[in-house]
Amino acid sequence: MDEGVSCESDIKDEMDQRRSSIDPINDRIGILREESVKKEVEISSERGELITEFYKNTDLKNKSIPVQRALAFKHLMEHVSTPVEDGQLIVGIRGTGVKEVPTYPEVCCHKEEDLEVLDSREKNPYDVEQDTRDVYRDSIIPFWKGETIRERIFEEMTKEWKEAYEAGVFTEFMEQRVPGHTSGGEKIFNTGLLDIKKRISNKKEELNSKEDIDKLEELKAMEIVADAMVLYAGRYADKLEKMAEKEKDREREEELRKMASICKKVPKNPPDTFWEALQHYWFIHVGITTESNPWDSFNPGRLDQHLYPFYEKEVDDGELDRYKAKELLQAFWLKFNNQPAPPKVGVTAQESNTYNDFAKINIGGVQKDGSDGVNEVSHLLLETLDEMRTLQPNTAVLISKKNVDRFLNKALKVVKPGFGEPPFFNHDEIIKILLRQRKSLKDARAGGVSGCVETGAFGKESYILTGYFNLPKVLEITLNNGIDPRTGNKIGLKTGEPSNFDSYEDLKEAFKKQLQYFIDIKQEGNDLIETIYHDELPVPFLSLWIEDCVTSAKDYNSGGARYNTQYIQIVGLGTITDSLSSLKYNIFDEERYNLGEVLSAIRSNFENDEKMRQMFLSRTPRYGNDDDYADDIAKDVFDTCIDMVEDYPTTPVRNASRRVYGLPTTVHVYFGSVCDATPDGRKAGKPLSEGISPVQGADRKGIGAVFRSIGKLDHVRSGGTLLNQKLSPDLVQDEETRRKLGKLMRSYFKMDSHHVQYNVVSADLLREAQDNPNEFSDLMVRVAGYSDYFVNLPEGLQEEIIERTEQNEF
Amino acid sequence: MIEGKIFDIKQFAVHDGPGIRTTVFFKGCPLSCPWCHNPEGIYYEDDLFFYETKCIGCGSCLVVCPQDAVKEKNEVVTLDRDKCDLCGKCASECPTTALKMVGKKVTVEEVMKEIERSTVYHDTSDGGVTLSGGEPFQQFEFMRELIDRCKEKDIHVTVDTCGHVKPDKFDSIKGKIDLFLFDLKIIDDELHKEYTGVSNNDILDNLKSLLRESDNEVIIRFPVIPGITDTEENISSILDFLSSSKRVKEIDLLPYHDVKEKYNRLGKKYVVKRTKAPSRDKVEEIKRIFESEGYRVKEGG
Repeated sequence: MDEGVSCESDIKDEMDQRRSSIDPINDRIGILREESVKKEVEISSERGELITEFYKNTDLKNKSIPVQRALAFKHLMEHVSTPVEDGQLIVGIRGTGVKEVPTYPEVCCHKEEDLEVLDSREKNPYDVEQDTRDVYRDSIIPFWKGETIRERIFEEMTKEWKEAYEAGVFTEFMEQRVPGHTSGGEKIFNTGLLDIKKRISNKKEELNSKEDIDKLEELKAMEIVADAMVLYAGRYADKLEKMAEKEKDREREEELRKMASICKKVPKNPPDTFWEALQHYWFIHVGITTESNPWDSFNPGRLDQHLYPFYEKEVDDGELDRYKAKELLQAFWLKFNNQPAPPKVGVTAQESNTYNDFAKINIGGVQKDGSDGVNEVSHLLLETLDEMRTLQPNTAVLISKKNVDRFLNKALKVVKPGFGEPPFFNHDEIIKILLRQRKSLKDARAGGVSGCVETGAFGKESYILTGYFNLPKVLEITLNNGIDPRTGNKIGLKTGEPSNFDSYEDLKEAFKKQLQYFIDIKQEGNDLIETIYHDELPVPFLSLWIEDCVTSAKDYNSGGARYNTQYIQIVGLGTITDSLSSLKYNIFDEERYNLGEVLSAIRSNFENDEKMRQMFLSRTPRYGNDDDYADDIAKDVFDTCIDMVEDYPTTPVRNASRRVYGLPTTVHVYFGSVCDATPDGRKAGKPLSEGISPVQGADRKGIGAVFRSIGKLDHVRSGGTLLNQKLSPDLVQDEETRRKLGKLMRSYFKMDSHHVQYNVVSADLLREAQDNPNEFSDLMVRVAGYSDYFVNLPEGLQEEIIERTEQNEF
Repeated sequence: MIEGKIFDIKQFAVHDGPGIRTTVFFKGCPLSCPWCHNPEGIYYEDDLFFYETKCIGCGSCLVVCPQDAVKEKNEVVTLDRDKCDLCGKCASECPTTALKMVGKKVTVEEVMKEIERSTVYHDTSDGGVTLSGGEPFQQFEFMRELIDRCKEKDIHVTVDTCGHVKPDKFDSIKGKIDLFLFDLKIIDDELHKEYTGVSNNDILDNLKSLLRESDNEVIIRFPVIPGITDTEENISSILDFLSSSKRVKEIDLLPYHDVKEKYNRLGKKYVVKRTKAPSRDKVEEIKRIFESEGYRVKEGG
């Protein structure tokens, strides 16, 4: 592929096209958007103080853990601030205001040094006021010392687990944030808290006060949190009425009264209108994310499906028009952007280095009965995404063969300005994944994706991600006979001196043994952590909304959901594939080098072996080029991981089946930093490949070849896989080329593939932004399963994105 | 086993006919247009590409060259094309593919295997196979066999041709080709000879027979070469020529662009010296002229 010539004016055009695409529906939304985007993120100590105060001052003797947690939630809902953004139409916020982020000391209590790091770090800082530091030092830190989930997890893990964790073989999702990974289903939009309380009381009657004591305690906790949320909404109703009294603008006064009346009605009762539905959901979202700090916050799931009945009825009755509906959606959109991710530190900050809290809105796909699910709200959501372009929420466009090209082409047009959104998912394959996991057909069709690419049965499943798993590191340890070359510590199995491997098969077997060993360690740790959350941190408020927690009288963290799964996320498929391909091809097949030569080149970071490195980069079969030699290896590694993980019995508490995802967030940069040079020619410390994408720059035959390679994996056996592609802006400019891209994607989805997302950005623009970060603070790019501001990314990640192949042609 | 010589198979082409296509580039062309943007397709013999920017100066090529054609000074490698006998030893040692042989003998089976990798794309997009080059008709038996095999599998076949082939051969095969991308450069025979090296008698005869006696779909490809093909006279001659038939609906303009770098890579002289790319206005003007005669006009094809 010839490199395009680019100049300053091209960069300017590209940036202008991005900026001019932002076009909120009216001034009110425009102002709210500005405030939301411009506000700097800060730590709010309020939640930390309230929860500390509660546990310090309340007599909790004789109270079960679920009831304790419920009373703590009640205390929060009674006392948290109830700010209203000027001109907003939806109320409720986690924290004390726009981008004022609460903390969760019962899970992970930040030390003074942590707060300092958060405040002063260059990328993604959280402003920490002196008052916050004071209250942390004087009250929060002393109280929680030794009592947090994080400390308990590290205490209980085995020596082997800790060694592997420290070496960067895997990460642990739950050491700072609690299990969540779930989305609202239909129930969330058609049920009020009074309905749920009625179900709770019916269930209580079925139970026996002696035998079912745990269940009764959980139900008691659920009742307390249901009331607490009604109380919180009531506080807003009062506040809005008072604001209305003082409001001088008649129109706004009217609006505030209307909002007050909505807050009196929902979430106590189910919503009847479009506006009520949005406010109803938002209260629940705030409740779930205030109760604890679940990964991926919470998600409204298939929002177009949920909202359409309200939209249709009101439009038919003449009560709502397209304009008002879109204004409400745009106001709702900003509520997500106002809630950045809770602050993360250490390895967790490195694996997910972003303000994005991963709330995801699904658009399109099929309905419960299998028919085309695209409706007018789907179009409104695409337009809202196109016009708003905020960091959050994330979206997912679900494409089924039932969806017409018009919808696909409209979504592809939204990709054009280059913000990396929306990503595209194969809904037909998602349904197959869920059916394979024995979900009912109806529940499978109502499912979608949350987080980055994670398939789930929305509203009915707890699908817990436990940590990233570094495949190239396992190969490195194998090539060093169980020793981590970076520390010299023996942390793995002695699988044999590599020089004794007579064939590629020997090497592969050793790798597989090593892999099994580390997966064993990870699984054992996962079981312990699941038990800790079951014992210590029930989430009765989240449990109200996920079927069948109420009817089984079991908490979400104890297996109350209808479906339970647990995931390990494999990382570096491209790097491990190209590394194995290189060893097989260059040593055993072509006999260009012997293993000793290659190992010594790797250990010296190819210092005197540039020719060898170039052979690995340019003249060795590599994944992503529709070359079966490499692709068969990718398939073998992918299948092996799934076979191994799925072979374990279900988990001890939640009875969850064990499964595999292929996504990285930002961990491929951290994982790369702990790996020496690899036999694919990658230098020491450089990022690994991300998701299941080919190694950056290794895919040289166009998108069609990448799709073919990726399409050879059996995606249906995973829970979701992530593919990044970077497109030259020319490829999405005109409609005809976009249509052809659409056909290419239809073909890709025919292969039962899961996902693809596009960065439409030139390397020149990215370089320019690196040099002048202040002028490009609004330059958003696709990272992994989310988009982020380019200048906020750590440098290693910036380079990694630049190095991804820019596809100039199909 | 019939073998042919190709210099590339491009999967997922979107400008060589309808839908998403697999384009097979035949090596060797009877014409020698100086503006050719695929100069590696002109000669049937192998070529050696040298991408100077990819060279890391490792010197592997020096060691193996039997003709002493490679020189190195300060880690900069130079190639003496006069000494080089295209044996390809340097390319097989080069770790970065800076040196790369162009041209590969392949069987029909091998090509079919590559084509069928993309069946899902062809099916979904109503695409197919495009034979291009070079000039496919130069390797007539190989081409015919390939087309037969594609038709057995219901694959849509497009041929991108300069049209310079004996009319009896052309006629014997044209019925099997779904779409012709027919290059029409210069109507005046003297000028045609001057610039392409051959007379256009056969070209025009073949196009005539295609337009009058068959029902193939035909798209005309017109290279816009300033001062050579874009003259008022040539354009009006083309319109005259085409007016005899209603078969042609579309004309694709291929505006000239500088491909000097590609010629450097081949070590060939790029003789189009004073020519610049046609101006935007000029391309628009030509587009309007063709459109006013009722043709659908696309740029780039």
